[in-house]
Amino acid sequence: MSRFIEPAMAILLALLWISPLVFALWAAFHDVSDAVNFRLSAPLTLDNFRTAWEGAPWLQYFLNTFLLVTLILTGQFFLCTLAGFAFAQTEFRGRDTMFILVLLQLFILPEVLIVENYRVAAALGLLDSLAGIGAPYMASAFGIFLMRQAFKSVPKDLEEAARVEGCSTLGVLWRVYVPAARPTYLAYALVSVSTHWNNFLWPLIVTNSESTRPLTVGLSLFGAPENGVDISVISAATVMVIAPLLILFLVFQRQFVQAFLTAGVK
Amino acid sequence: MTDAFALERRRRAVNGWLLLSPALIMLSVFAFYPSLATVVTSLWSRGTRRRPSEFVGLENYQYLFEDPTFWLVAWNNLLYAAVTIPVSIALALAMALWANSKIPARSFVRTAYFTPTVLPMIAAANLWLFFYTPSFGILNQIGALFGAGPVNWLGQPGTALWAVSAVTIWKEAGFFMIFYLAALQTIPPDLKEAAEIEGASRWTYLRRIVLPLLMPTTLFILVNAMINSVKLIDHLFILTKGGPSDSSKLILYYIWENAFAYFDRPAAAAMTALVLAVLGALAAFQFLVLDKRTHYR
Repeated sequence: MSRFIEPAMAILLALLWISPLVFALWAAFHDVSDAVNFRLSAPLTLDNFRTAWEGAPWLQYFLNTFLLVTLILTGQFFLCTLAGFAFAQTEFRGRDTMFILVLLQLFILPEVLIVENYRVAAALGLLDSLAGIGAPYMASAFGIFLMRQAFKSVPKDLEEAARVEGCSTLGVLWRVYVPAARPTYLAYALVSVSTHWNNFLWPLIVTNSESTRPLTVGLSLFGAPENGVDISVISAATVMVIAPLLILFLVFQRQFVQAFLTAGVK
Repeated sequence: MTDAFALERRRRAVNGWLLLSPALIMLSVFAFYPSLATVVTSLWSRGTRRRPSEFVGLENYQYLFEDPTFWLVAWNNLLYAAVTIPVSIALALAMALWANSKIPARSFVRTAYFTPTVLPMIAAANLWLFFYTPSFGILNQIGALFGAGPVNWLGQPGTALWAVSAVTIWKEAGFFMIFYLAALQTIPPDLKEAAEIEGASRWTYLRRIVLPLLMPTTLFILVNAMINSVKLIDHLFILTKGGPSDSSKLILYYIWENAFAYFDRPAAAAMTALVLAVLGALAAFQFLVLDKRTHYR
């Protein structure tokens, strides 16, 4: 008997866990009165998507989010590669103190520093720009830590071989360490993209125009009660916004889970 | 000869600092300087056109401590943490144990648990609106089947905070599950066999062998969950906006409101400084206590 209880509970919990998503999908493809009254045989419709699509400059928002995550990822790769390499393979006085300082940023989150970061962004003329949204996240302590761990596991022989061939420090980094850490880069990229695709608070504060606003901020404005859209249209917009990342996740599920694991269990 | 050696060491040190400098500059501008500036701002009065900002010492903190809303918000956040942290950790553990055992439809179960993790908090809030809405929300429709009256989950002080917490748990549990899953896969199967031979029940095996082995993972997740209980507030913007009458307002939301809706920067800075102090204590706990055991190599 008890052999069936646990699997049943597991599956029940799984159904419960995806039910918000399933209901939103269902509502998105049905007329609002059919959706809220759960008429299971009601006809499917794409009207909600049409209404939602026309209600906001989604294409612009998609483009902004896409450019934003690309910008952040590029910045992170550049800064974290150099810093991770410095911590892993060079020696200098004060290195360990600096490392602790960097790790502190794991706790002093950019989210908490919104008040002063806003002033910094304003002083640098970065308000309402993609660079302004991305800048606080680029020197990520998490990324630096991750790259340091990856570079530490590269065998020293490889570096010495490259040195004998006449490579400079940067040459060694580029030719030996970066290729060897490819899986870590992939993992970091997946984690970073999904984090910043979903980020909301800081973009909300920094942006104030359509030309820079990312999807999450656009979605929150679109769904605001003042906008007077019904739940089916909100569902359609939500489905639209989450679809790219969700499809990506379902296709590359194994890599995604592996990525979060590599990123977390170091 | 020692000169050449010293020179080489100097060169390496310079290289190290050069490599580190871009990241260090960015961290200084967007983490270290703002942290210090927060403390400075919190000690100065709010400048108006007639009265420029002046040094007031701890006055802003005093105002904050006299503000009943601040205490309510702090209390809310404490409740929020006290509910979301243990519940999401316990659920994550159950999920991991199930997703790791031989059950039918295991890959579906695993995917279902993990999916909320890849959704934006804003989208999650939109999905949950459907559950909570008073007139036709799913919770009320289910309740009606059992003869319960309609409940305005998000619109009354008694339930709003719990409704918000449920979304956070939904979002977090699957994420934490991954770490437990990884840890479970490192437990050698011999242990289970040995326990079975000794006649230990599954429950004993879980309590005496699995849970102690998972302890480092639990601590790691615990620290993350604590940080999240400060950070995860996006859904408030959609679901409650901190209301009704501040009953679901959390610290970071209140900081945002003070800084960007009431334009009271000193108050926001004072609160931020307090949050930084709490996070700093958490960091010290992590580095000084937990890392003693799992030292970075």
